[in-house]
Amino acid sequence: MAITTLTRSTPATGNRQVIRQPRKKLTVGKIAAVTAAAFIAVLWLIPFAWATVTAFKSEADASASKISWVPPSGFTFDAFVNVFQAGNIPLWTWNSLYTSAAITAITLVISALIAYALSRIEFKGKKVLMVVIIAAIIVPPPVLMIPLFYQMLAFKMIDTSWAIILPQVIHPAMVFVLKKFFDQIPHELEEAAVMDGASRLRIFLQIILPLSRPILAAVAIFVFIGAWNNFLWPFISTNDDSLLTLPVGLQTIKSAYGVQYAQNMASALLAALPLIVVFLFFQRQIIKGISTTGLAGT
Amino acid sequence: MSSSTLSRQTSQPRTTPSPGIKSGLSLRRRRDTLNGWAFAAPFLVFFLVFLVWPILYGFYMSLTGKSLTGANDALIGFSNYAEAFADAGMWRSLGNTLYFTVISTVPLVLVALVMAALLNIGLPAQWLWRLSYFAPFLLASTVVSLFFVWMYNPQLGLINDFLSKFGIAKVGWLNDPNVAMWSIVIATLWWTVGFNFLLYLAAMQNIPVQHYEAASLDGAGAWRQFFSITLPQLTPTTVMIVLLQILASLKVFDQIYQMTAGGPGGSTRPVVQYIFETGFTGYRLGYSAAISYIFFGLIVLVSALQFVITRRRSA
Repeated sequence: MAITTLTRSTPATGNRQVIRQPRKKLTVGKIAAVTAAAFIAVLWLIPFAWATVTAFKSEADASASKISWVPPSGFTFDAFVNVFQAGNIPLWTWNSLYTSAAITAITLVISALIAYALSRIEFKGKKVLMVVIIAAIIVPPPVLMIPLFYQMLAFKMIDTSWAIILPQVIHPAMVFVLKKFFDQIPHELEEAAVMDGASRLRIFLQIILPLSRPILAAVAIFVFIGAWNNFLWPFISTNDDSLLTLPVGLQTIKSAYGVQYAQNMASALLAALPLIVVFLFFQRQIIKGISTTGLAGT
Repeated sequence: MSSSTLSRQTSQPRTTPSPGIKSGLSLRRRRDTLNGWAFAAPFLVFFLVFLVWPILYGFYMSLTGKSLTGANDALIGFSNYAEAFADAGMWRSLGNTLYFTVISTVPLVLVALVMAALLNIGLPAQWLWRLSYFAPFLLASTVVSLFFVWMYNPQLGLINDFLSKFGIAKVGWLNDPNVAMWSIVIATLWWTVGFNFLLYLAAMQNIPVQHYEAASLDGAGAWRQFFSITLPQLTPTTVMIVLLQILASLKVFDQIYQMTAGGPGGSTRPVVQYIFETGFTGYRLGYSAAISYIFFGLIVLVSALQFVITRRRSA
């Protein structure tokens, strides 16, 4: 500990004595902080842990009145096997994956295009357009559910994937997140291209977009997580079993399996797994993405 | 490509001679307007079809007796609104939503602040803490509900079992009308606090180190530094987080619908569920559209507040 403290502090100041004292004091505080942080972390992990233990129990052990972290008849994969034999989870996962991917892709394309216009092009009606889109940020999706459902009926889109995808691609707040980022890209970079007579589209594709990868990733992450976990709209717009997304499918499990606790937990864990795994791999990007887009509102 | 571009450029001044600067400019402006709207068009199509139109149409619906069975499409003026304002069920659900908003926003902001402050001290293994605090946010509401319904189970649940070790009688977490909303707040806290925590953590890491260095030279301890530097520096972030949290909490539906279905006895039913049920199980689309608009009014009010506050801050 002392060594790491030393090496870390010397490049900055070079004076050991001054640095050491506050460091030592901090260590006491740090132990307290670690303890508190660990306490919260344990609390936060308990639901995962309990779900996992339950999922690996036999149904008899799971519903035994004496609660055990280590089941008397041992751990088993039965619940997972049963869930897979029921056969719905992979289908729902696939449905969630392709609808969320489509939502993310369409959102990115249309939002980046309009954000570029709002950031770089002076055009008639731009101010009004900005005000309208800003105003749209406040529209809560639940307010739209009744008319949107009726509209989808009229379009004959209810019980198709389009009903899930299309209404979810409008993210006014993300338009402004992108616009703000585009605003910071120096104009000089484009001016050369303008001199060369490059079209707006070419400038957008070849200069702006490559420089905007971090923000595009951030927006994509934000939109994808939202779409992946969205419940209300997919719940309203699909009844067809083969179209259900994971969150909606899980809701039907509860009523279907009734009191089969191990199977319920196995299903829940399988539904949770994809995003958790993605998070483990892309933790840095996801955290950065949420931090940069989160304050924009939804 | 470049040669044709070149010739186009050089030929332009010739076709529009000296008064030309102006007309060249207006030509450019016209082209810009065309370009601007062309770039905006794809978004606008979706925006008009799936947002603007439903909003307008929803308002029209709220003025009709429209139902899912197709009967009575006629305009009936504001009588849906009159009915809603006299509807005890609507007021109760609106009250539930407001109650949830108040009792969820406070812990969702405070716990997030504590989490971020703890990590910001510079704990080792940052990724581990972040993972454990933030991971629940990655879950769908249905997963969270399955987890918590199971833990809240009065007979077989983990929580009552733990409490019984201290001689505490079984609590009906989701069956007791006095407790159910709090149980939902606890589940919601677990689920979404990680989001606010990340926002706080990012904001804390943006506070310049010099502030702290100066303070520690003056002999200010960690607590003093937190209250005299960190908190004041975080004020804009806190304002935003509180407002965004209020807006998010007002929209509550998923976890309540899944965990209690609004029960017991309607004690947790939020207004969004009331809209949902009026429209889809009661088939009264017009009436439920009217309630949607009353709810919308509430959201607009809070958003206006947010707008005023953030404007004043940036001005």
